[in-house]
Amino acid sequence: MANILELQNTATQVRRDIVRMTNAVNSGHPGGSLGCTEFMTALFFNVMEHNPAHFTMDGKGSDMFFMSNGHITPVLYSVMARCGYFPVKELNTFRVFGTRLQGHPSTEHGLPGIRMASGSLGQGLSVAIGAAIAKKMDNDNKIIYTLHGDGELEEGQIWEAAMYAGAKGVDNLIATVDYNRQQIDGTTDEVLSLGDLKKKWEAFDWQVVEVENGNDMQQMLDAFATAKSLTGKGKPVVILMKTEMGYGVDFMQGTNKYHGVAPSNDELERALAQLKETLGDY
Amino acid sequence: MKTYENKKMKDLRSGFGEGLVEAGAQNPEVIALSADVTGSVKMDGFAKAYPERFIQCGIAEANMVGIAAGLSLSGKIPFVGGFAEFVTGRVYDQIRQVVAYSNKNVKICGSHAGVTLGEDGATHQTMEDIALMKALPNMTVLVPCDANQTHAATIAAMRHNGPVYLRFGRPKMPNFTDENQEFVIGKAQMMNEGTDVSIIATGHLVWEALEAAKVLETEGISAEVINIHTIKPLDTEAIIKSAKKTGAVVTCEEHLYNGGLGDSVAQTLALNYPTPMEYVAVDDKFGESGTPEQMLVNYHLKATDIIAKVKAVLTRKK
Repeated sequence: MANILELQNTATQVRRDIVRMTNAVNSGHPGGSLGCTEFMTALFFNVMEHNPAHFTMDGKGSDMFFMSNGHITPVLYSVMARCGYFPVKELNTFRVFGTRLQGHPSTEHGLPGIRMASGSLGQGLSVAIGAAIAKKMDNDNKIIYTLHGDGELEEGQIWEAAMYAGAKGVDNLIATVDYNRQQIDGTTDEVLSLGDLKKKWEAFDWQVVEVENGNDMQQMLDAFATAKSLTGKGKPVVILMKTEMGYGVDFMQGTNKYHGVAPSNDELERALAQLKETLGDY
Repeated sequence: MKTYENKKMKDLRSGFGEGLVEAGAQNPEVIALSADVTGSVKMDGFAKAYPERFIQCGIAEANMVGIAAGLSLSGKIPFVGGFAEFVTGRVYDQIRQVVAYSNKNVKICGSHAGVTLGEDGATHQTMEDIALMKALPNMTVLVPCDANQTHAATIAAMRHNGPVYLRFGRPKMPNFTDENQEFVIGKAQMMNEGTDVSIIATGHLVWEALEAAKVLETEGISAEVINIHTIKPLDTEAIIKSAKKTGAVVTCEEHLYNGGLGDSVAQTLALNYPTPMEYVAVDDKFGESGTPEQMLVNYHLKATDIIAKVKAVLTRKK
């Protein structure tokens, strides 16, 4: 298991990957990717029990992860490659014709580590519930993790799934909401206010873990530890993780401008100057 | 000509329900999911026989499709049941992303399909579902013609590895195919050989096609009747062969013109062997309340309508 310094170094490299990958194809979603980098790094390198070198679709005996907000593939592919699901150099094929690294996660192209397509929002929690039920049926005590955007919670299917998991006590499930309060057309308050998210999840019979700063690696590790300790107690668990979209690059931070816009060549240079190469660029 | 006996009026959904119980007995990985219509779609037998493998999702079809996809990852074979409209049209994007595109071994089972749903009216009578489901890459589309065949199709769906849409109806209809038939996905079923016209039918209208062929024979017209129980993959070879033999084709289905069996056959013929052709189907309109029989009559889906279309196509035959 990686120590916190190693995790922070990895996160910095992941951020370099994110801005380089999106710049190279002048597309993709760097904002949410940068905001979720601590979460994804901690999850893949420290929290999940999984075997990247020997990926199996059925995931038996492994924790499983579903990225429901499928647009933040830059951070997903970076952590997957960096922890050994596929060669790091393959990151240079992101969104390029013929790639396994499709714009949004796909099983069609056979990328190890991807079990379900996502991109059309609001579906990953339902999929995760199915996987969690299967684990219970198979007496497999591993955990299912998901990640959702906060804007994604505007999709009705999320609440169908939330109601189901709460009512049926799907307690081997840890969902996380990237609570950055930004979406494409503006802030979540401007577009469609999320209201009191904690109360909403609690009303659906979920246990809520709040993270004040999801861009603080120690806070993320603590939140995962708390969330894990709450599994197996008859209720699902949700982590409400406050992050900053674009975190780690000063001019990309705290704005929705880079939700789906790649940094230009000049911007890339400025971004990379703020992110030390720690593990070696691809 | 070959004659078929209506052994007993029986609803296709009951054939599905019995097939599902048998599928559950044959394979412990079979799981059934329902959205509060368990009895209506005849999944209650499975729920009673295998309560630990039955998942009640509540009135939340989108979530149900996602759960099914998640279950399939570990090798389970989920059968998602509901009214055909609500497990296809209502959840098209869910099926597209996590079943078809992700190529998961999920069986979408749509009961109460077509206008013969009857009294509930148009909101519940899907006649677009074949079009929607056949449009999806990776999807297999099965439309059995009676209760016995629906039973067999359910077993075949369980054995087939990949996404399947299984379509069947609500009312009691003639049950005339063999009880212990083998259902081969993708294989057209020759019901009656003929030389003057090919009647290519699916679902409830196969019986009407056979009735039409009987009448046509008395008028000296030899009709070949082919049951297409697999809309996709389509047995194009059988269709082309029959068109070459008879030189005239009529398709019959309880579905809209747009995107149904007729369009699949027309595409096959246009690309391979252009042949005069007529459709018996519903022309670009929604259904309404009425008895199943009233619906068939008023939407021009009866044997008499098939006969009229046969005569029309024969005037165009070269």
